[in-house]
Amino acid sequence: MKTGARTLIEALQREGVDTIFGYPGGVVLPIYDELYDSSIRHILVRHEQAAAHAADGYARASGRVGVCLATSGPGACNLVTGIATAYMDSIPIVALTGQVPTALLGNDAFQESDITGITMPVTKHNYLVKNAGEIDRVVQEAFYIARTGRPGPVLVDLPKDVSTGAAQEGRPVPETVSLRGYQPTYQGHVRQIDKALDLIATAERPLVYAGGGVVLSEASAELLQFIETAAIPVTTTLMGLGAVPGDHPLNLGMLGMHGTQSANYAVTECDLLIAIGARFDDRVTGKIDTFAPNAAIIHIDIDPAEIGKNKKVDVPIVGDVKAVLQALLSRMQKRGDTANWVARVGSWKTQYPLYYRNDDRLRPQYVVEQLSDILKGEGIIVSEVGQNQMWTALYYCFKKPRTWITSGGLGTMGYGFPAAIGAHYARPDMPVIDIAGDGSFQMNIQELGTVAQYDIPVKVVILNNMYLGMVRQWQELFYDRRYSYTELPPVDFVKIANAYGVEGLRVEEKADVREALKTALATDGPFVLDFRVEREENVFPMVPAGAAINEMIGVRQP
Amino acid sequence: MKSHTLSVLVENRAGVLSRVAGMFSRRGFNIESLAVGPCEEPNMSRITIVVNGDDGVVEQVMKQTNKLIDVIKVSDLTKRESVERELALIKVAAEGGPARAEILQIADIFRAQVVDVGSKTLVLQVTGDTEKIDALEKLLRQYGIKELVRTGKIALLRGAKTVKSSK
Repeated sequence: MKTGARTLIEALQREGVDTIFGYPGGVVLPIYDELYDSSIRHILVRHEQAAAHAADGYARASGRVGVCLATSGPGACNLVTGIATAYMDSIPIVALTGQVPTALLGNDAFQESDITGITMPVTKHNYLVKNAGEIDRVVQEAFYIARTGRPGPVLVDLPKDVSTGAAQEGRPVPETVSLRGYQPTYQGHVRQIDKALDLIATAERPLVYAGGGVVLSEASAELLQFIETAAIPVTTTLMGLGAVPGDHPLNLGMLGMHGTQSANYAVTECDLLIAIGARFDDRVTGKIDTFAPNAAIIHIDIDPAEIGKNKKVDVPIVGDVKAVLQALLSRMQKRGDTANWVARVGSWKTQYPLYYRNDDRLRPQYVVEQLSDILKGEGIIVSEVGQNQMWTALYYCFKKPRTWITSGGLGTMGYGFPAAIGAHYARPDMPVIDIAGDGSFQMNIQELGTVAQYDIPVKVVILNNMYLGMVRQWQELFYDRRYSYTELPPVDFVKIANAYGVEGLRVEEKADVREALKTALATDGPFVLDFRVEREENVFPMVPAGAAINEMIGVRQP
Repeated sequence: MKSHTLSVLVENRAGVLSRVAGMFSRRGFNIESLAVGPCEEPNMSRITIVVNGDDGVVEQVMKQTNKLIDVIKVSDLTKRESVERELALIKVAAEGGPARAEILQIADIFRAQVVDVGSKTLVLQVTGDTEKIDALEKLLRQYGIKELVRTGKIALLRGAKTVKSSK
């Protein structure tokens, strides 16, 4: 008899799954028994949240669907933060959860939780499988929904008796999925594309605002060709970093709350804003009424619900970013005269570079700059959330898409370390570095056990300021330096790493930074670097909450 | 702010109603009424939702509803010619002779039916658009409404046009 669990494993293999991040438990025993001698590799994490983040990191680094597995009740609930993180950033993962037997559903059985109910707001779709005969179809649909259209997480909940039950054999699995309620639009409307081209042909100060959708759509080459052909400067969101090389002359860097001066000034002055795979998030726009106040707006996105959600749009184009950019390029006959504008924003770049006090103190920005200089774009950089994330976004020069992995929408502390584990399995050929704060790292520090067990060569760079730094920064700037519960006592991270069998090094002098980074990168296995940085360093530029994005603090004023 | 009547064609599956209703509440959309039941297609249901909001809000409501995998089609009937009906059951106090006679007279004018007669109460069944039911309720309030239940609005396009899965 072919069981549901066996059927599940075969269905996963058909989807090309090579790695699952998971944690066993009672009701997933039948699935784990099938995994025991399966060709699918299973990575045992130390907490289910890490399984979800690792699947997410795997997906971001590879562009394929990441998979995690947890038992019912607490196991499934522990996945939720990871699923929500993937949902906010449109990352394709399939989360498999065990469930109590169907006869006990709704009975408050041991380790029962209504995980499809709980995850409804944070999944693209989810399934509670009621009999083993549905497994083939559900798994196929789950992967299809996760990776197509606007990608996102899908959860499949499998009661124990479904895993042990008999699946019908010999029923062919359909080659394609067709869902009458789900038919994404990939090609942009030709009339809208021509309207956009008319605006592009006449604009004097156009600006591209590119987001994570460019990376998800694998459209970096098309975007580069588009901005070069049309001679349009580009700014990217946090999620869009790497979509255009950081050192490209037309690239103004990141915009928004911690955006560069040149990017934020360009948004405020442009007469045409071309939003590509971006969603006018509040961290990008600041005060929405004063965002791009002089600009006509073209918005390209695969999700029609994002268009017009936060900002009125002049030319909406619903479609896959890559397909729409190809159409724009093939139909473009005339470009605007943007020479003066390009020169002007270029001069802002030299006039208002990023700035920190580069003295003899060990400052976090310096650590990131040195790492950037050593790797030269040839590595995958994962971050935690907070100051570490913003310094990395600003001071690391990303050269390629999918080399920057961060929790943008949800802002999940503790995301980076497990996501780095996932990224390693997606791209074992690349060095993977998690840039962390001492606060974030301690949120999933137990994964030292995982990297030790499997000798996963993830390097953790802790910018240790013994504070919850970003919250402290806000307290300094907006709450009279009343550091309410943001100070963390010193932790000997090297000793903790060593206790797990992981190498580590503490760095206290600026002069030792480069050597330490090289030592870690040259080590075969995992490595923890504890940089004791200036404690009250701030992330600048900064747009205070509710201000217009050209009203930055911590910068040289024009 | 204006009421919009949305006709939502969905897969007839467990949990669909909670997906739709949950999405409305977490995005802060106001539901005035919601009615759900089977429709002409065996595997589908039709949900009629009345929402309140300006055009931008209603556009978001429709787009977000459409994003749900189990939702097949969403139409705003407000912008088109449609028939809209609601049904109410009203249990009204009718103890004295004169009151009872008056209530029966009002019922007659509204073409409401008496579906239950007790010694102290009458139960009226009325169908119509929302305004008609509101008007009847207002008139009956003087006699004492003991209980009232409304189905929520349901609606169909007039003429040969239909709200169908285009896929």
